Amino acid sequence: MTERGARPHVAALRAKIAEIEGGDRRARSVLPFGIEVIDSKLPGGGLALGALHEVAGGAQGATDGAAAALFAAGIVGRISGSILWCMTQADLFAPAIAQAGLDPDRVIYVEARDETALLSCFEEGLRHGGLGGVVAEVARLSMTASRRLQLAAESTGTIGIAVRRWRRSAEASDLGQPTAAATRWRVTAVPSELLPVPGVGRHRWFVELIRCRAGESADFLVEACDATGCLALPADLADRSAASQAWAERAAS
Amino acid sequence: MLTAANAAARAIGLHAGMAATQAQALVPDLLIMDADLEADRQALERLAIWSLRRYAPIIALDPPDGLMLDITGADHAHGGAMGVLRDILKRLAEVETAGRAVCAPAYGAAHALARYGADPFRVVDPLELADAIGDLPLAALRLDRATIMSLSKLGLETIADLEAMPRASLALRFGSKPGQRLDQAYGRASEPFEPIAAPERIEVERRFAEPIGAPETLARYTHKLVDQLCQQLEEAGVGARRLDLRFHRVDNGIEAIRAGLARPSRDRKQMGRLLCDRIETVDPGFGVERMLLAAPAVEPLRFRTISNLGDVPVPDVAALVDILGNRVGEERLYRYAARESDIPERSVTRIAPMADPTLLRWPERWPRPARLFARPEPIDTMALLPDHPPVHFIWRGIRRRVKRADGPERIYGEWHMSEAEWLSVRDYFLLEDETGARYWVFRQGDGMDSATGGQGWFLHGLFG
Repeated sequence: MTERGARPHVAALRAKIAEIEGGDRRARSVLPFGIEVIDSKLPGGGLALGALHEVAGGAQGATDGAAAALFAAGIVGRISGSILWCMTQADLFAPAIAQAGLDPDRVIYVEARDETALLSCFEEGLRHGGLGGVVAEVARLSMTASRRLQLAAESTGTIGIAVRRWRRSAEASDLGQPTAAATRWRVTAVPSELLPVPGVGRHRWFVELIRCRAGESADFLVEACDATGCLALPADLADRSAASQAWAERAAS
Repeated sequence: MLTAANAAARAIGLHAGMAATQAQALVPDLLIMDADLEADRQALERLAIWSLRRYAPIIALDPPDGLMLDITGADHAHGGAMGVLRDILKRLAEVETAGRAVCAPAYGAAHALARYGADPFRVVDPLELADAIGDLPLAALRLDRATIMSLSKLGLETIADLEAMPRASLALRFGSKPGQRLDQAYGRASEPFEPIAAPERIEVERRFAEPIGAPETLARYTHKLVDQLCQQLEEAGVGARRLDLRFHRVDNGIEAIRAGLARPSRDRKQMGRLLCDRIETVDPGFGVERMLLAAPAVEPLRFRTISNLGDVPVPDVAALVDILGNRVGEERLYRYAARESDIPERSVTRIAPMADPTLLRWPERWPRPARLFARPEPIDTMALLPDHPPVHFIWRGIRRRVKRADGPERIYGEWHMSEAEWLSVRDYFLLEDETGARYWVFRQGDGMDSATGGQGWFLHGLFG
C-alpha cells in the first residue's frame, strides 16, 4: 500500500477500475449479522445491501430449501420496508417465516408460472426501489441473468437474495457454476443443541460462506434465526446465551 | 303462451312455448302475468353493464336472454376461462337466477352450446369444437323457423348433418344463411358485434385515416390516449381501477387489453407502462382503424400529503403490484395472513397484496416447519403407543433414525366446521434424525381410540 504513491500508473489504474465497477456510485451500506466472527469475514462488515446474494441448502436442503428460506427471511426481516418473495412452488409455511423474524404484513408473495417469469419478477422488484428486499426461489441462475439482477440491485440499493432450490438433488451441482452474485452461502441443518432433557433444542445450522467478492470463504456453526431474525453463536451448556436459555425453558416446559 | 319456465315449473310439466290455456289446465291455480319484454331487455342491459365492470372489455347483448362476453385477454384476473364462468354462475346463483355459461372459440358455437348443449357449464377448446357442436340440433344455428322446417324435411337433424352437405346446392336452395351460420359456429367466419358502452363511462377514442399496425405506433398512440384519459379522470376527480384498451381492426375484429390497478390512480407513466407491456399480445391483423381507451371502474382519488423532510420519497409499492399482477395474474400475487385455527393448513389464508395490515398473528410457542406439504405424505414408522415419538421412519424409500424428538402437540378437529371432525385428533411430533434434518410428522388419532383417526403416520412438513 505504501508503494501506491510511488507508482502513479498503478494508482490511476486502480481508480479507473473502481470507476468502471461503479463501486462508489452510491454510498455502499451493509447489513451486519451482529456476530463478530461472521461480519469480520465480509467486506464492509456485513452483507452489502445493493447486491445480489445466493443462498442454497446443503444435503436434503438443496431440494426443500427450508433452512435457506429461513436464513433469507432472517436477513430481510431485519431490513425495513416491504419484501417481495418470488417462488414457483407455493409450499412455504408462513408461520415459520414469521418465527424467523419476518412479519407477514410486510411480505408480498408472487407465484410465478415458470423460471423465466420468476426471474423477470425478481428483476422488476429489484429495479423498483421502493422495496426493502427481494427474495426469489430459483433453480437455474445463469451468469447473464445474475448479472442483470446484480445491476438492478446496484441501481436501487435493494438487496436481492436468490434462494437456490432445485427439483432434484442431482441438479444441486449447478451451485458450482459462476454467477455475478456478491456472496454465496450454503446453509445445512445440523443436529440441534443438546438439552439436559429429552427434546429438540434450538435449531442449528452449518453456514458456509462459499464465495465472497473481495473476501475469503469461511464457515460457521450457528443457532438458527430467532424471532427477530438474528442468528447466534452456540454457547456451551455452562454459559449459554439468553435466547437459547429461553429456548431450553420452552422445551423443558 | 308461456315465455319462460324455471326448474320448478319444468318439474310440474310446464315449458316455455306452451299455450297458456294448456298450462292452466295442467296447473289450475297458475298465476299468469304478462311478459314485459322491455323490462327484460333493460334488466339484461344492466347485467351487461355490471359484467363489463367485472369480467371483460367487450360485451354485446344477445336478446332476449343472452350476453356475449369476449374474455380474450381478460380472463387471467379470474384464473382462466373456467374461473370466469364459475364466478358468473356463482354470482347469478346468489341472486337466485339460474344461468348457463359456455366458453368456446367461436361465438356461434358458444351461443349454440349455451342454449342446446347438455352441460350448463363448459369450456370448449378449439380441438374439440367440432365434436362438441356436431350433435346439437339445427335449431341451435340461429336460422329462421321456415329454413329449419324444410331442412328437417330433407332428413337433416344435427349440425354435423348439415356440415356434411355439399355447400353449393345448399346455397342454391336456402340462400347463403345456413352456410354462413355454419361457418360462424365452426369459427371459420368472424361475426361483427356492437359492444355496449356503460353510459357514465370515462373513455377516449382515436380514429385513424390510415390503419396502423406496428407495435411502436400502437404504443405511441396508447400513450396519447392515456394522456387524454388522465385529463378526463382529473376533471372528474377520480382514479382508474381498471383500464380497457380496445383495438378495432379493419376486418371488424376487436382486440382488447385489460389492465387492473391495485389502487385508484391517474399516473400517466404507470398506466402507459401497464398497457404497453401487453401490446405484443395484440394481433393488429390488416391494421387498426380505431383505438378506444376506457376506465370502466373508477374510484374517488384523494390527494395525499407527502412529507419531503429528511428521507427521499420511495416509490409506491402499489405500482409494482400492478405490473407484476398484469404479468403473472392477480390471483398469483398475495400476502399470507393468520386465521384462527389450530389445524396447520387452515391457519394460513391468502389476502390481497395491498390489503390493510392484519392484527392476528400465529402463536409463537411451538416451532413451525418452513415447508408444509399440501398433502401429508404417509410414512412407515416404528413407535411406542400411545404418546411416544417414532424410533425410526421410512420416507421416500430412505430409513431415517430419530435421534431427538419433541411432542406430542395434540391438535383437535374443528367440530364446528364439519361433523366428521367431531372426534378426530392429530398428534404432531418434531423429529430430528442423525444428520440434523428436522421433520414435522403427525399420527392421525390419539394412539388408543380408533374413533379419533386411523392411527397412520404422516410427514407434514420440513424444518430448516
